[in-house]
Order: sequence, then C-alpha cells, then structure tokens
Amino acid sequence: MTKPFLSIEGLTKRFSAKGKAEDLVVFDDVFLNIEQGEFVCIIGHSGCGKSTILNILAGLDEPTSGGVIMDGKEIAGPSLDRGVVFQNYSLLPWLSALQNVIFGVKARWPNWTKGKVEEHSRKYLEMVGLGASMHRKPAQLSGGMRQRVSIARAFATQPKLLLLDEPFGALDALTRGVIQDELIKIWSESHQTVFMITHDVDEAILLADRILLMTNGPNARVAESVKVSLPRPRERAQIIEHPGYYKIRNHLVNFLVKRSGELAGTKNSDRQHPENIDPLAESPEPVPADPPARAKSDRPLRSVS
Amino acid sequence: MSLNLRATVVSLLFLIIVLGIWETLNQPPEATEALSEYELLMGGADQEARVPPPSQVAEHAWSELSNPFYDAGPNDKGIGIQLAYSLYRVLTGYFAAALIAIPLGFVIGMSPLMYKALNPFIQILRPISPLAWMPLALFVIKDSERSAIFVIFICSIWPMLINTAFGVANVRNDWVRVAQTHELSPLRTAFTVILPAAAPTILTGMRISIGIAWLVIVAAEMLVGGTGIGYYVWNEWNNLDLNSVIFSILMIGFVGMLLDMALSGVSRLVQYEE
Ligand SMILES: Nc1ncnc2c1ncn2[C@@H]1O[C@H](COP(=O)(O)OP(=O)(O)O)[C@@H](O)[C@H]1O
Ligand SMILES: [Mg+2]
Repeated sequence: MTKPFLSIEGLTKRFSAKGKAEDLVVFDDVFLNIEQGEFVCIIGHSGCGKSTILNILAGLDEPTSGGVIMDGKEIAGPSLDRGVVFQNYSLLPWLSALQNVIFGVKARWPNWTKGKVEEHSRKYLEMVGLGASMHRKPAQLSGGMRQRVSIARAFATQPKLLLLDEPFGALDALTRGVIQDELIKIWSESHQTVFMITHDVDEAILLADRILLMTNGPNARVAESVKVSLPRPRERAQIIEHPGYYKIRNHLVNFLVKRSGELAGTKNSDRQHPENIDPLAESPEPVPADPPARAKSDRPLRSVS
Repeated sequence: MSLNLRATVVSLLFLIIVLGIWETLNQPPEATEALSEYELLMGGADQEARVPPPSQVAEHAWSELSNPFYDAGPNDKGIGIQLAYSLYRVLTGYFAAALIAIPLGFVIGMSPLMYKALNPFIQILRPISPLAWMPLALFVIKDSERSAIFVIFICSIWPMLINTAFGVANVRNDWVRVAQTHELSPLRTAFTVILPAAAPTILTGMRISIGIAWLVIVAAEMLVGGTGIGYYVWNEWNNLDLNSVIFSILMIGFVGMLLDMALSGVSRLVQYEE
C-alpha cells in the first residue's frame, strides 16, 4: 500500500512536572494518518494535548518519542511546507495587513520580483474579502479581519500542510460564520491538506472530511476518527437539513459529554490507530450516497506499513 | 476654548507672574547711606547679593543671541560655539555608546547564558557616577577632550544596553514563531522581527541616555574646562557675570529639550500598537 501523505507514528509527549517524581504524560504512543487534500478537524476537551500535537506537526515543539513523516520526510523543525494559523492571529503589528502577507510570500519565494510578490499577496487578501483594508495595521482591524489576514498569509505561502489552532476561538459567532465560509471557499480552490483544532462541533462538521476525537488528558489518545460523509459544497443553512447531520452531531456530542471521560486513560483496541466510525453508514435507512467531492479518506485508515 | 489654548494662556500667566515677582524683588537698593570704604573697594554694595532682574537677562540674551558664533579668544566665545562644543562631545560619546550598547544588548537579550554571565558586571558598573571615571579617564587617555567624551560614553551606555536587552528578551513569542515557521535565518529574524518589535523599548533607552548625557556634559566640562557650555557657566560665575550664568542655564534647558524632542520624534516613528 502507498504511504499516506502524513503519518504520525508513536508520538509521545511528556513534561517533567515540578516537584513531582512522575512526568506529566500528555499523550502516549499516538498513531494517525492524514491523506493529501484531506481536511481534518480534531476535537477534545481543553488540556488534552491538541495544541501540543499541532505544534509538533509545525516543528515548533519536539515529541518525547515517536515522530511524524510528511511526504516521505521526517519533520524536524519548522518549515514553510507547514503553514500555521494561531488563535491569537500572530500578525506583526508594525506591518500593514498587506505587508504581513508579503512577509510570508517573500519568505516563501525569495527570488520573486517585488511586483510579483505584491500581486500574489493582494490576490489572497482579496480572496478573504480584505481588498479594501489591506493598508491598515492590525491594531486598526477587528479580530475577525485580523484572523483573515492570518489565513491569507498562510494560504498565500501555499504550504503542503496547513495547521490551524482554534483559529476562530476568539471570535463571536456571526464573524466566525463568515470566516468559516471564506475558509471553505479558499480551501476548495487550493485543495490544501488541513489539520485544524476546534472546540466547535458544528464548525467541525461544516468543514471537515474527518473528525478526530481525543479523550481527556492526561494520558490522552485519539480514540475515534469520525467520517463526515456529507456532500460538498456544504452550506451552513442547508447542511443542517441533511438527515445525516444530527447523526454525526449526536455522535460527536455524545463523545465529548460521556465517552471522552469514560475512555480517559484506556488504550485503543487496535493499539495503534483510532477506531474508524462513519455515523451515516450505521444508519438503518441508507442515506442517499452522494459521493463526497473529495473522498480520499474512504478507505480504512489502518494502512501504516 | 480648546484645552491646548487654555493651557497656553495659563502658562503665559505663570510666566508673567514669576517674571514680575523676580523683577520687583531684584531692584537695586537705593543708596541711602554713603558707602563704606570696603564697599567702595568692592565696587558697590549691591553687587554681591543681587540676582539680575529678567529685563537685564533678556537684554543680555538678545545681544548674545544676535551674535552667537563670535570668537574673541579662549575666554570669550559666543554661546553658539560653546553649545556646539558640548553637542559635539555629547553626540560623539552617545553614538559610540549606541554602537556598542545596541548590538551587545541584542546578544544579551537573545542569550540567557550571556545575560547571566554579563549581568554582574552591569550591576556593578551601572551605579557608578560617570564623573567618578574622570580621573581614570584623564590618566589613561591623557586628553581632556576625549576624557569628556568617554564620560558621556560611559553614562549613556547603560540605559541603552539594559533597554535593548530587555526589549529583545521580551519580544512576544508569537512573533518569533512567525519567523520560525517562515524559515527566516537568524540574521533576518533579528532585523525583520526582533528589531522592529523591540524598537520602542530601545528608543526609550536612547531617550533616557541622551537626557543623562546632557546632564553630565555640563558637570564634565566644569571639571575639564577649556570649552563647552559647562565651562562657560563656570567661567561666567568666576567673572561674576550672573547675566551670562542665568542666560546659559536657560540655554542648557532649551537644548536639552530639543534633544529630547528629537528622540521622541524618532521613537514615534517606530511605535506600534498591539
Ligand atoms: N511547557 C509545558 N510544560 C508543562 N506542561 C505543559 C506545557 N505545555 C503544555 N503543557 C500541558 O500539556 C497539556 C496539553 O496542553 P495543550 O496541548 O495546550 O492542550 P489543548 O490544546 O488540547 O488545550 C496540558 O495539561 C498542559 O498543562
Ligand atoms: Mg490549545
């Protein structure tokens, strides 16, 4: 079988706790695969280690043991191949919105001419609807606009993998909805592989091909991998009409409310990989089988060699 | 009336009151009695105790300012020349200090090892009055001009060094991560992320330094003599020319204010809002 685009193999992270003999084991021996072009969301209660996984993928943090292989190469340190959008936007406040995007584009293609860099950067800012305010400094932009700049910067560098750490966590519900739509739009044009942390179940269903569920920490694990086989393109208003929507949603909420705690500290039955679940396939009346537009994740994800 | 306008009116009012009091209190006493022999020898009784009134100072200031650059020998130079000497010393010592303090502060701010290693030296050297260096400087450098510059150097280095190190060490980790995820080299990170991020703090240090340097140059020039505004004040005191003393005090304040305004102008350019 071909190797998956990204494989997380035996990832373990411990922190040596102050004044305690035993280390804090955030998670232990996590295995995961992500396919090219897949949009994966990860949900879990706060403190279970989601950000830690994401930072390891970004190369900003190192695992205690285990490793991550992307595109045949082991991840060692940060790289332009992996773009990151943080919850707090991480824009450089002394640069305008446009200059912030240019900052990324210039780093990605140092040999481009000034004009080409700027044109490329403008294009992405326009894509997220910021064409009119690209000369403003981050302090003069609302939280939602800042996060759009941050998304534009990440997409403009065209990384192989895009990492988003609760990108909409600090935004109000209305703004979040608008930016989610923009994220879908820009993503459907680029077909980038996305790994996104969220704590919003509806957001995950709207965006993801697959949702990973983590048990509570410490000693957390990715217990389930839930397939979201709702047809794309998805629209917020229509998706909730879909008969499968609440099946998926109930499954997720049930996990978060009950099983995430019950399963805490236990091991996966297949030691290595999360259990694959497709809430719609279990349905007694078959749901109209609209083949998902980008269903690369159809096959079981137990393909580690 | 806007606040600014009202403030200006109140300022002027204070100025007029203070000048008025000064003027009336310092009228020459009427010569009621005949001067004693001693007083006659000293050239008049009122000479010793009386501060010249503002009208006299203003008159003197006008004549000095209308020809600030005259040069009539070592003991009689225009105020402009004296200020220029002082400014030259201050700026030379100050920029030499900046040239060392800012790069060194970068290193200290970025490396916890260097911070810990150099901190004891900084803590001991910093509280030393810059003038305490003067004898040693004169002995080693053997040149009063350069010794004065050295004293300026040593007094302006600390605020810049400490502020640079502090600013660099406290650059938000998010911004460093942005540099890392964009694979910037350490040098480019230093120039495109850390320098602009720390610039407001560095400029604050530079502003404190120029203020201290201008305070210290007056004292240093009183010690080494020859030229400069500090020497001028002391020399006019020896000549008992209080008009010139008061005039030069005001000029020291005025130039100090200009230096501070220049630095605050630069610091506004690098300021950013988070
Ligand atoms: N530098 C650190 N030192 C010690 N413990 C840490 C450190 N960073 C994170 N942790 C711990 O690791 C766990 C996972 O953190 P995190 O990945 O941020 O969780 P999440 O993003 O899922 O909310 C938490 O219990 C947190 O306290
Ligand atoms: Mg987190």
